[in-house]
Amino acid sequence: MIGVFLLIPVLLMAVYSFLTKEFRGGVIWDFTLAAYDQFFFNRGLFGDEPPVIEWTYISIFWRSIWQAALATVACLLVGFPTAWFIATRPPSQRSVWLFLITIPYWVNLLIRTVSLKFLIRDNGPLNEFLMGLGVITDPLPLVNTNLAVQLGLFYSYLPFMVLPIYAAVERYNFALSEAAADLYAPRWTILREVVLPVVKPGVVAGCLLVFVPSLGAFLAPDLLGGAKTYMIGSLIDEQFKGSQGNWPFGAAVAVVLMTLVLIALFLQARAAAKGARE
Amino acid sequence: MSTAIDIRSVVKRYGTTTALHSVGFEIGDNEFFTLLGPSGCGKTTLLRCIAGFEDVSEGQILLFGQDIAGLEPNLRPVNTVFQQYALFPHLSVIDNVAFGLKMKGMALDARRARAGKMLEMVHLSAFADRMPAQLSGGQQQRVALARALAPEPKVLLLDEPLSALDLKLRQAMRVELKSLQEQTGITFVFVTHDQEEALTMSDRIAVMSQGRVQQIGTARDIYEGPVNRFVADFIGETNLMEVDVTAISDGMADVILPGGHALRCPAAATTPGRHHLSIRPERVSLADGGEVTATVERVVYLGTDVQVMTRLPGGVPLSLRVQNSARIAIPAPGASVSLHLEEGAARLLAD
Ligand SMILES: Nc1ncnc2c1ncn2[C@@H]1O[C@H](COP(=O)(O)OP(=O)(O)OP(=O)(O)O)[C@@H](O)[C@H]1O
Ligand SMILES: [Mg+2]
Repeated sequence: MIGVFLLIPVLLMAVYSFLTKEFRGGVIWDFTLAAYDQFFFNRGLFGDEPPVIEWTYISIFWRSIWQAALATVACLLVGFPTAWFIATRPPSQRSVWLFLITIPYWVNLLIRTVSLKFLIRDNGPLNEFLMGLGVITDPLPLVNTNLAVQLGLFYSYLPFMVLPIYAAVERYNFALSEAAADLYAPRWTILREVVLPVVKPGVVAGCLLVFVPSLGAFLAPDLLGGAKTYMIGSLIDEQFKGSQGNWPFGAAVAVVLMTLVLIALFLQARAAAKGARE
Repeated sequence: MSTAIDIRSVVKRYGTTTALHSVGFEIGDNEFFTLLGPSGCGKTTLLRCIAGFEDVSEGQILLFGQDIAGLEPNLRPVNTVFQQYALFPHLSVIDNVAFGLKMKGMALDARRARAGKMLEMVHLSAFADRMPAQLSGGQQQRVALARALAPEPKVLLLDEPLSALDLKLRQAMRVELKSLQEQTGITFVFVTHDQEEALTMSDRIAVMSQGRVQQIGTARDIYEGPVNRFVADFIGETNLMEVDVTAISDGMADVILPGGHALRCPAAATTPGRHHLSIRPERVSLADGGEVTATVERVVYLGTDVQVMTRLPGGVPLSLRVQNSARIAIPAPGASVSLHLEEGAARLLAD
């Protein structure tokens, strides 16, 4: 039943991507491939030249994938040790730590992102602090950079990495590490050969939960980034705003994005199934 | 015989509970040494101290003369068969067995071949490519055994490795483990709470209770010469009764049985007074004109044996085992019988 309600908006979006745009936003019910054509091909200013590949949107996609992948790696590098730390506390302390991790997320994402911007802007506390220490003489230009976007994505999605890994590590049987040590495996080898393969489902889930929303994120790139850090989320967001909008094109971008995510999920599922068979 | 493991007054505390109270003994090279004791007596704890998963709170453990305090588990030439198997769930059976060989740097082909041999030994060749989750408990235990044996450690620690097997397989594995130990020359430290297992396999047994070693000796020493009530009761069946001791000298005591019969028997106690006497049921026989008279209360049929439960005058119970043979007439409940205590049936205990 719930599936139907989940499917309806997706179908609606797919249908809209094949409609014709209305100039003040909205659509005309004329079926066309114009939105996809605009995404993939450039036919010149007046649309009468022979089509060449349009790189504008593809490069936005490419950049978004990179940003999302980087954010995922950053979340993994911090999230795994954090989850490990929490899962290896005495059971009574674990819930306290988890609670602490989730506290910042009681605040609305928009407000958190804006506060982050205040923190890192030229005359914000971070730069004031560093200049006060004498580490730097001029403020670090952080706002409107890839680093700022990364920071925003990292901060927005870190718990989505920590929680599934925590769940996996908590279930991990530490006797396996002892067995590996008993069989001459040094510490890092135990991590690589035994711990990681066993908790892999949690790690994969965490990576997907960070990667997928990072790919479509628009708050962090919008507020913390600039023109050079433009990401898919912002592109879609813009198509549905004001008179400049283009609903079918926005829907088409979303469909392409969703297709990419589905392909990624499919490949992952197939790799997992293959791993389980081996 | 040189010493493989020298345990010197080891104490292990977990917070306020003490799991081992000053345990000390030596295990010889190529010995089949068994730690026997009831659940919670500290057997696993002692094994974990030897393997390096726990630090001892006090005392020392020497492995072939070398103090191993501070030596990481992966650097100790000791392998363990874990009580809960701890097989790697993401590796196939053969890769589990080959794990230690891989860590030792053996090439893929060589280690697969050796792991295959080990699997053959535990009769699991057909299961080489299965995952551990697809095996029964007993099969998993055998994989754990093969995995620990594959790297040819100098010492093998086995924590109740046969407990998940059914009786037939357990008996077969006992014989196999024993001959394996003799062939390989590996020192086995075998943990069990099954006294029959301990008696049939071990060169020597340490009987433990509540974190203390109660007695160490060969199966025969311990069975026939238990030093205290715990050992007498835990190893085999026994009749325990309080008796008056009139005299003790040179390890022999004069005791008065309930009912007044006087008896001379070996003693672990050294002072006269009231002590516990252990009488092994299989050393008591039904005999016309025997020195003790008793009343039969119940007869339990056990297959090869029949257990006859009697009461001595004064109500003290004494049970005996007689072979289920056509030559022996089994008395009926209520009958009065006369019993003969054979040589070595009775032993006076220290406490
Ligand atoms: N990590 C621990 N923390 C606190 N107490 C422990 C710990 N491990 C063991 N103990 C205690 O130490 C004592 C000995 O435990 P151990 O596991 O050595 O028993 P065992 O003889 O192996 O028993 P079993 O036959 O049931 O396996 C027990 O009282 C147990 O509760
Ligand atoms: Mg145990």
